Amino acid sequence: MDLGPAAFPVAEQACRVIESAAVGQRYHRLLLDAPELSARSRPGQFFHLLCRDSAGNGPYLRRPMSIWRCGPDQPLGFLLHVKGKGTAALAALREGDRLSVVGPLGQGFRLDPRWRRILILARGVGLATLAPLTGAAAALGIEVQAVLSARSPDDLMAEEFAGTSGARITPVFDSDGSSEVPRVEALLRERFALERPNAVFTCGSNRLFLLLQRLAAEFGIPGQVALEQQMGCGLGMCFCCVRQVRDAAGRVVNLRVCAEGPVFDLQAALAW
Amino acid sequence: MVDLTTRIGSLTLANPVMPASGTFGPELVQVFDLDRLGALVTKSITPEYRAGNPLPRLCETEAGVLNSIGIPGKGLDHFISQAMPEWRRFRAPLVVSLSAPSVAAFADAAARLAATPGVAAIEANISCPNLEEDGRAFAMHPEPAAAATAAMRRVVGDLPLWVKLSPNTGDIAAVARAVEDAGADALVVANTILGLAIDIETARPKLGSGMGGFSGPAFKPIALRLVWQVAQAVRIPVIGVGGIAAAADAVEFLMAGASAVQVGTATFVSPTAMLEVIEGLRDFCARKGIRGVAELTGAALPRTGLPQAAE
Repeated sequence: MDLGPAAFPVAEQACRVIESAAVGQRYHRLLLDAPELSARSRPGQFFHLLCRDSAGNGPYLRRPMSIWRCGPDQPLGFLLHVKGKGTAALAALREGDRLSVVGPLGQGFRLDPRWRRILILARGVGLATLAPLTGAAAALGIEVQAVLSARSPDDLMAEEFAGTSGARITPVFDSDGSSEVPRVEALLRERFALERPNAVFTCGSNRLFLLLQRLAAEFGIPGQVALEQQMGCGLGMCFCCVRQVRDAAGRVVNLRVCAEGPVFDLQAALAW
Repeated sequence: MVDLTTRIGSLTLANPVMPASGTFGPELVQVFDLDRLGALVTKSITPEYRAGNPLPRLCETEAGVLNSIGIPGKGLDHFISQAMPEWRRFRAPLVVSLSAPSVAAFADAAARLAATPGVAAIEANISCPNLEEDGRAFAMHPEPAAAATAAMRRVVGDLPLWVKLSPNTGDIAAVARAVEDAGADALVVANTILGLAIDIETARPKLGSGMGGFSGPAFKPIALRLVWQVAQAVRIPVIGVGGIAAAADAVEFLMAGASAVQVGTATFVSPTAMLEVIEGLRDFCARKGIRGVAELTGAALPRTGLPQAAE
């Protein structure tokens, strides 16, 4: 019997929190018991989370959160930057609490099994979005090189990013100036010349996105970018999360980050 | 066994719960079987392509949201040729929300929708600016509201014509009576109420276009009052909308005089909210010994009551 895609691919489900822990000074990780949802989630997709603490306090609307950990026999994981009402409520959840999730949602990253090597350029919490790509690439035998940009070594989260994927990480920091765009550009130019990747990926920084877009165009390397945007419904119905993207004919059109994205072609996306 | 069957004029719905225009699309089929709804209601269709408003288009408050999306869309031709085939896959009656910038444009578009197979009713969104009246919304005053309604009535034949009223008016009963007299088959009460939020760090409105329409739980008492007033002013059915998130909210609207309800903003918080409202209505009627949900309509109005409480 051919089951095909799930009849209802998006679930609204209250999931049990199995781990809730701070990561460094500003980040937090949540692991949920959601085997069925985790198994059909793909890197680059997201869930819409009802950010209410165990007392029910939190903002009215859900918050979109990219998937940090997913896969068969894996908890569903989120790595969040605690910076507002929503993320504070999520960070206040404890083991055993319930979290209402809607998802998986959106179009994830695309990996071509013929690729030999990809390069990931991530900044801040953008690395959470790109993290599951390392494992997916490893499973296809694709080598992952990553340039991770962070404020300081304390903020890097290299282990949270790469897990056991074997990704080769080059960290750059604000604290020593190595994360400045001209220096990252020099680093990428060297990589593209010596070990040309088949594709590049980025998330988390407008200036790094612009840099990677420019260099990838110059070197003729395809790329993908995961965009963030405030959302209403998360399902494609309210048209509040649009971003300007160039269509195949070169026209600038508004596309929904929740439905057509959040992953877009690197050259099609426009700066924000 | 509770009968949820609902009649809106000549149209019979399997239950009284449907989405509010603008908060719904075929995308929700990813979450549940849309044929469980009493009806489907499209986003407002406009005659021409519209890009929509500048961002941000949505702004959260303590118990609701302000929106100024700007009715982005590809226009009526695209809707009829591309979107309608997708909508026809569903069995639930399809209500097409229509918005237009002039009386003539409303009539032209309504005529085309009336000739389109699969359209069960038109819901005229007359809260949009009337370009012939300095951009004032049709729904603000009885005369332009009636003019738009009458122009559509003349061209849609037997197709049910619902008109969605705005809370942004001084005398909604007068607007409701004028629209009823102009030939509307039902009234949808009400659209969002104009509101504003300001970012105090930048001293700019939080929405890209300034003001926006407020919806959500905090708006419910106002919408309920409007339904109460309109239901006593007209004889045609009223469909209640505004802040409904749970079955108890829906019961209030029915008791205030509505024959059916629309659920909007709540779907953003819980995509399955409409299903919970349907099941909750069934449970409420069963608990109260009410055989048909239609018996709830107007139960709280003066000189009426729940069936078993009747004098």
